[in-house]
Amino acid sequence: MQTTFPRLMLKHAAERPSAPALREKEYGIWQTTPWSDLAKLVEAIACGLHQAGLQRGEHMVIVGSNRPRLSATMLAAQSLGAIPVNLYQDAAAPECVFPVNNAEVRFCVVEDQEQVDKMLEAREQCPQLTHIVYDDPRGLRNYVEDGLGSLDELIAAGQVFMAQHPQFFHLEVEKGTSDDVAAMFFTSGTTGNPKGVVHTHGTLIDRADAGAEFDKLTSAEDVLAYMPPAWIGQNIFSYAQWLVCGYVVNCPESAATVTIDLKEIGPTYYFAPPRVFEGMLTSVMIRMEDAGNFKRKMFHTFMDVAKKVGPALMDGQPVGLVDRIKYALGNWMVYGPLRNNLGFSRVRVAYTAGEAIGPDLFTFYRSIGVNIKQLYGSTETAVFVCLQPDNEARADTVGVPCKGVEIKVADNGEILVKSPGLLKGYYKNPEATAEVLTADGWYHTSDAGFIDNNGHLKIIDRVKDVGRLLGGANDGAMFAPKYVENKLKFFPFIKEVVAYGDQREKACVMVNIDFDAVGNWAERRNLPYAGYTDLAQKPEVYELIKDCVEKVNADLAEDALLAGSQVSRFLVLHKELDADDGELTRTNKVRRGFIADKYKPLVDGLYEGKTEQFIETVVKFEDGRTGSVSATLKISDAKTFTPVKAAA
Amino acid sequence: MSKVIGDVILDVQNISLRFGGVKALTDISFNVKEHEIRSIIGPNGAGKSSMLNCINGVYTPSEGSITFRGQTFDHMNSRQVAEMGIARTFQNLALFKGMSVIDNIMTGRNLKIKSNLLMQALRVGPAQREEEEHREKVEHIIDFLEIQAFRKTPVGQLPYGLQKRVDLGRALAMEPQVLLLDEPMAGMNLEEKQDMCRFILDVNDEFGTTIVLIEHDMGVVMDISDRVVVLDYGKKIGDGEPEEVRNNEDVIRAYLGTGH
Repeated sequence: MQTTFPRLMLKHAAERPSAPALREKEYGIWQTTPWSDLAKLVEAIACGLHQAGLQRGEHMVIVGSNRPRLSATMLAAQSLGAIPVNLYQDAAAPECVFPVNNAEVRFCVVEDQEQVDKMLEAREQCPQLTHIVYDDPRGLRNYVEDGLGSLDELIAAGQVFMAQHPQFFHLEVEKGTSDDVAAMFFTSGTTGNPKGVVHTHGTLIDRADAGAEFDKLTSAEDVLAYMPPAWIGQNIFSYAQWLVCGYVVNCPESAATVTIDLKEIGPTYYFAPPRVFEGMLTSVMIRMEDAGNFKRKMFHTFMDVAKKVGPALMDGQPVGLVDRIKYALGNWMVYGPLRNNLGFSRVRVAYTAGEAIGPDLFTFYRSIGVNIKQLYGSTETAVFVCLQPDNEARADTVGVPCKGVEIKVADNGEILVKSPGLLKGYYKNPEATAEVLTADGWYHTSDAGFIDNNGHLKIIDRVKDVGRLLGGANDGAMFAPKYVENKLKFFPFIKEVVAYGDQREKACVMVNIDFDAVGNWAERRNLPYAGYTDLAQKPEVYELIKDCVEKVNADLAEDALLAGSQVSRFLVLHKELDADDGELTRTNKVRRGFIADKYKPLVDGLYEGKTEQFIETVVKFEDGRTGSVSATLKISDAKTFTPVKAAA
Repeated sequence: MSKVIGDVILDVQNISLRFGGVKALTDISFNVKEHEIRSIIGPNGAGKSSMLNCINGVYTPSEGSITFRGQTFDHMNSRQVAEMGIARTFQNLALFKGMSVIDNIMTGRNLKIKSNLLMQALRVGPAQREEEEHREKVEHIIDFLEIQAFRKTPVGQLPYGLQKRVDLGRALAMEPQVLLLDEPMAGMNLEEKQDMCRFILDVNDEFGTTIVLIEHDMGVVMDISDRVVVLDYGKKIGDGEPEEVRNNEDVIRAYLGTGH
């Protein structure tokens, strides 16, 4: 497709000027921006940026949540041939320094005072950052810093320029081609500096189009934009596909109102990482536990029916008449109201990706009639590599290759991808580019996996993380830490897990409890606790977690390949792993190596057979101050099982 | 700070307040200038809340007078005070626990509603239009205080820190010229206090509202106030800018006690 994002926007504005493009809830009312208004806004911002000196080919940083005016700013930058770079709005100032300097950014457009403060702080180390423009003026009245201005002023100046040069904007848009760089995404990176992934209009639009075709998306879809725009998934779902399909993107009122806004909008196309689905299920379950006897009984009775026949119905398989009637009754009494309560009444297609999803969680949503599916992709592939067709959604696969994609599995188990949506390269980093993108056009995903008998791709772990046990009873057995971690995380009581075992004689894990779920569990059992740390160290909680670990071990024992990965010892951490402390990436993935260093005494304690271990750690609060937390943690053994196949 | 502090807007002269033999306030005089944040501090029982109650007409002072915008009163009437543009929040909260956040804040618009009860009940013509206008103002306050997620939640179900915010919202709904805040940060944790400080500074900055603040947390007072009055046992023992008050011997003695 030979087009660019600004051209797509102008096409919608010309064809359907009064159709809604964006909605934002403000002052309690959903305010709509039609395509024609959006085009005018983009033109004004583009003219304003041009006057301020933004050049073709230059990078411009945007920081903020999903706001219509920030989406318009991205379009405006692209119209001028500049490259918008979204940064995570919750990243601290020092984390912004590298991207800003790496991309030699002079201009940034930010959401509000919080982001202005952050960019001003970052500017001390980024002298070239001369222009800071803010959307929301609140609290900024008394700021007198150089180069700081409001988006309103920029728009007003742009409008004056527009009146004098009516053709300017359209000529600029005409200059753009689909091979121009459209956006750059900094990958969070588990090690070293982040890398800027460069995508062109062509790569993003091609993939957005492939995804839209696969699920037959139309301009009638409603999408809620609530994930960070710096993440490529968000860019694809509420920017690239928005402009390709011309559907409506809805921006929530604030981060705290997302669940309310979700209910009000009732999106038809929805995307969330597993943890969001998990959070919703947990809150439903907690509320059901607190509900009256009759309601609880009704819920559980019909959920059993749903579990039995729901997924089959959704996959279009034959189901007996009695079961159909029972399901219909359940749909009327339980599933329908539940879907409505979750905001899923109108969902046609829901995707989850980024992490493995638990089979129970996956089945739950499909059984109540939510068409949840999985997909596979990454920043480097502009998301869409594999997708699950409507009738073939499974919890343990990630789907079949979609249009234009070729896949092969390398000898070491690594998945290689060829697709029109592959990155152009890492910005100013040819070595890293050469590492992942070979001359024959294959992208190395660094994920280990295989294609199953039905042609679906199945992922096991990161290639570099798949290790071997060394010594002990299972010498040389394969160890897949993420596989073990995910299996444990599927229990509602466990929020996060870090598994160790590579080059060691057995597998051990450190666990984060889910404070809500375990807290509720403790309350129902009249177990008093003083806070997170106290609760985490209760012997009863250790028993609870031990039970989960042993169930996973029993499950692993049946897997010939991974039986050696059974967990023999575990401990429950006294604090939640947090991205602010560098323990998780900004996309909430555990940084195993970093954690092993930081909690070295604990890891040693696990392997030295101790029953408890003292640890002191530094924590960083959201406002940047630090404090220290210390505790003596118990370490517990768990039962392992003889591998089923080996025994047979 | 580039804010401009104006002329005296509220002048309290020689106020004394007695309950039978108990002297709650003795000969207190101080003034409040337009656009400033003026704090009243003092140990427990120093007479801080009594002082606010005299200003907004809950108590009638035994002696002295209060001048507001050039008009002098020997006692204030609470309805009149509200109509003149002085709003307050309460130390122990005075919200309708069973009503939603919107409805609670809407009560602050009461004095500004012109249509009568019957028209409102029937929602005819002007009453409906008026309600929409007031609702819009309320929505701006909700947005300002960042409580969008709790719009329709009954206030009684909210945590204390948020109830305090709703209480502030209700006072703001009156679009006051002077806002009296009675210990807005009592019982809050550090994060809630920081939020509340930001809201107070923003109210002062965005709306130009003059603020009279009673507060226990000295850090907060010294950080955000323009001038501070110190009371002890119903008497004024200090008055001036935070730095000045901090070094005042009497104030140090009142807070730390004297060596014996």
